[in-house]
This record gives sequence, C-alpha cells and structure tokens, in this order.
Amino acid sequence: MSIKRPAAILSSEITSPHLYLNRRQFMRAAAAFSAATGLAATGIGLSPEARAAIKLPDARKSALSTTGEDLTPLKDVTTYNNYYEFGTGKDDPSETAHKLRPRPWSVAVEGEVAKPRVFDIEDMLKLAPLEERVYRMRCVEGWSMVIPWVGYSFSELVKRVQPTSKAKYVQFTSLADPEQMPGIRMPILDWPYSEGLRMDEAMHPLTILCVGLYGEVLPNQDGAPVRVVIPWKYGFKSGKSIVKIRFVEEQPKTTWALANPREYGFYSNVNPQVDHPRWSQAKERRIGEFGKRATLMFNGYGDQVASLYAGMDLKKYY
Amino acid sequence: MALPLAQLKPDQVKWIKAVAFALCLVPLARLAWLGTHHRLGANPIEYITHSTGWWTLCFLLMTLSVTPLRRLIGWNWLLRMRRMLGLFAFFYVSLHFVTYIWLDQFFDWHSMLKDIAKRPFITVGFTAFVLLIPLAATSTNAMVRRLGARLWQRLHRAVYVIASLGVLHFWWLVKKDIREPLVFGTLLALLLLARVIYHNRKVTASPGTAVRSQVA
Repeated sequence: MSIKRPAAILSSEITSPHLYLNRRQFMRAAAAFSAATGLAATGIGLSPEARAAIKLPDARKSALSTTGEDLTPLKDVTTYNNYYEFGTGKDDPSETAHKLRPRPWSVAVEGEVAKPRVFDIEDMLKLAPLEERVYRMRCVEGWSMVIPWVGYSFSELVKRVQPTSKAKYVQFTSLADPEQMPGIRMPILDWPYSEGLRMDEAMHPLTILCVGLYGEVLPNQDGAPVRVVIPWKYGFKSGKSIVKIRFVEEQPKTTWALANPREYGFYSNVNPQVDHPRWSQAKERRIGEFGKRATLMFNGYGDQVASLYAGMDLKKYY
Repeated sequence: MALPLAQLKPDQVKWIKAVAFALCLVPLARLAWLGTHHRLGANPIEYITHSTGWWTLCFLLMTLSVTPLRRLIGWNWLLRMRRMLGLFAFFYVSLHFVTYIWLDQFFDWHSMLKDIAKRPFITVGFTAFVLLIPLAATSTNAMVRRLGARLWQRLHRAVYVIASLGVLHFWWLVKKDIREPLVFGTLLALLLLARVIYHNRKVTASPGTAVRSQVA
C-alpha cells in the first residue's frame, strides 16, 4: 500500500497533514472543514461533554503499577500542566486545550521498520488490552504527582511494525497546529515538539503508550488522544498528542535539548545526584503535600531500569 | 506645562496616600482570599512565591517611576508616595523570603545555604534582599537627618542595583519563556536611562556649579 507522506502536502492546506494520510481520514477532515465554515454541524471538534462520552474499554490493573502511593487528585492532574503548545503558564493548558480536536486522529509509524503503518486512534485503542498503570511523575522543575494512566506497553506497538536492525532510536513527534494550539504561535520552543528514546528504553515494559487517565480518555491538556509515559525520566521526555513515531538510526534531536543543551540532555533520567544547572534535583514537592520529599534515583524505578544504564556515566549522559 | 492634579492641597495628598496604601495591600489580600478559598492551584507554595516576587518587582519599578513621572508630568506630590512604595517593595520581598525559608524549604538551613551558594538565581535574589534591608532601615525621617541628605541619597541609590538584581533573579528562574522578565527588564532599563539623561542634562545645564545630582 502506498501512503502519501506529510511532506507532499502544501502548507496552504487547512487541516493538519496527518489527517491526509488516508482517504477515510480525508473525508472526515473535509467534514471538519465544513463544520468550521458553518456548512454543516458535525461533532468533530470535541467539547468536554463529548469527550466524556468516548468510553475507554475497561482497563485491567497492572502488576507494573506503583503501589503504596496516594494518587494525585484528578483536579490537580488536569489544572497544573506543562504543555507549552497551549501556553507556558501551568493553568494555560486547562484553559486553552479545549481547542484541540482529538478525533479524528492518526499516528504515522515510519522509518526503520519492516511494516510502516498509519494507525487510526480507534485501532490504537484496540492494539493491546488496556491496563491501568499507576506511576510517579517527576517534573524537571522539582514537583511530582502520582497518576493512574491507562495504556499498554509501547513494545506492543513496536512488535507490530517490526523495526529493522538499523532502528536504534525512536522519535516521537507531537502535533503542532497553530489552529488548535495557541502556544505554537509563540517561538518559545522549536515546534513541533520532539522527543526520543533509545530502542531498549522504548522496549522496556514500563514505557507505555498512554490513551487515558483515571479510567477515562486523556484530557486534552494531558496529551490527548495519545502520548507516551516514561516514568523514570523527567516529565518532558513523555511526548504528548503524538502524530508521528519514527524509528531511526541516529539519536534524534529532542526539543528541550535543542532549546538548552547545557540544561537538558537526551537521557534526562530522574537523578537526585545530578542537579539542573540552575536548581537542585535532590528533592521534590509532591503536589498536595506541604514539605518536600527526597527524589529517588530513576524516580524509584531503579530496580527495573538501572541495568539499561550499566557502565554509563550518568553525569555525562544527563 | 502643568497637568491637572499637578497642584494638590496637603489634605488631598493625604487622602491619595491613604487610598494608595490600601491598594498596595490588595496583592496580599488577594493571596489571603485565594488561600482561604483553596484557589491557589495545585502548587500553592509556588504560587505564593511567584506572586510575592512578582509584586516586589512591581513595587520596585513603581518606586523608581516617581522621579521620572515628576519630571514628565510635574506631579511633585508623587514624592510623598515614594517611601511608602519602597517600603511595600520591602514588605513583599520579606513575604517572598519568608515563603522560601518557611513554606518552601521548611527551615532546612543546610539546603538553603547550598542554594544560596550554588544557584546563581538564588544568589542574586538573596543579595538583592539583603541590600534592601539597610534601605528599609534608613527610611525614617530621623535616619535621613542622622545620615545627612547626601549620604542618605548615595546609600539609597543602591536601589538601582537591587532592582537590576531582582530582574536578573526572575530572568534566571524561568525555563524558557522570558517574556515577563523581558518586560520588567525593559521598564527598568527605561527608568534607569531616564536617570542618565537627567544627570547629563544637569551637568550641561549648570557647568559652573559642582555636580550634585538630585536624581534618586
């Protein structure tokens, strides 16, 4: 099957390139266009009510969940966000992310794979049984949350596209549509947001493709409709609203490392011993708590992931 | 040209000062209201820290605006507000500092000393706070008399350095979006530039007399 590449699409087109990846999507995009121009009233842009109507299949509990931690309240998880595409303030995303249209959505999986494929979001939801994964989330700014994500190990998707021997890294590209994301108009970061993992990191069972939290579809401000979550790395490594997953041979350029290479490295593993040049990483404030708590090596997932970095100087590869 | 409000009776100035005093307390009242209504967001300590820091910079800039405004629009009575504005800057920076040592660090002196020594943005912020203490302490009329006007004025020019350090503190804190620090920095640069212009004018206008700038 031949698939049109996004590069072939003129920037003058109105809808975002990923919508053009197949014909069915094209038809839906056309419907969205007519809705936007008042020609027809279809429900493409989802209101919060409509979003709540999208039901996720029941997620089973996962043995990989973090236990013994109080969950951060949903209100905090959905009103205190770093998502610069919707503004740089913590409360900006919850105020402006309603402009994002998480349906229809597709994700192009391409690069060094035997079976490149464009996944429709609905297919993505059914790719593997959904699990509830409770993870700690440590932001590079020194705060943390505990969030019950819904998704499955990213390796489930990897298996289906069969990476070639040349695939050494995975790059995640987020949506960058100024129509839906007001923050994109500001040249604060180099859009689109790009993140990446080494292949073994991506294949680690803790790395998940995430489609929901608290048992429901992802709220827009938390990266709807699909994101990754890598719990032992600082939060910015977990790309949101992903439109492209590319398997590559060279270490991909990542947004924050481009923005400030001295402060943000490719690995960005949570590490209390390696300070951010401007502030300490030894402690964190768990949202909802008064005092600070000690930050754990690899965010407390060292037993599972430390072996990935055996022999590496983590001060050098920060 | 004298604008309206250029000439005010002492009674009127007193009233304006009373209203201004109440207005200066609004940022604190707002924080108290938000706090008691659980509206400080998911990270209240960060919110309070940022808010008190932001208002400190505002009050520093307002204090520094008094002289240029007097020059530009002739409201000489503004001078009567300047001490109050400066003391409010000190009031908000004290809240900012207390928030840091109490709410943020919870009296972890070891961690704070490390912060002050190792983190440039905290180093400059702390320096600015310490420098502001003697200015607040010498703000009374009695202290002006004791020090003498010239020495007092020289001392209080430290506010130029303090405000600059304050803006730098903000600039180095933000991760990437420097728009707000840039606004503060631009305003401060204009206010300081005004001093340079006034100073130069004074020098050229009265070449015969000893240079004694009244700019403060």
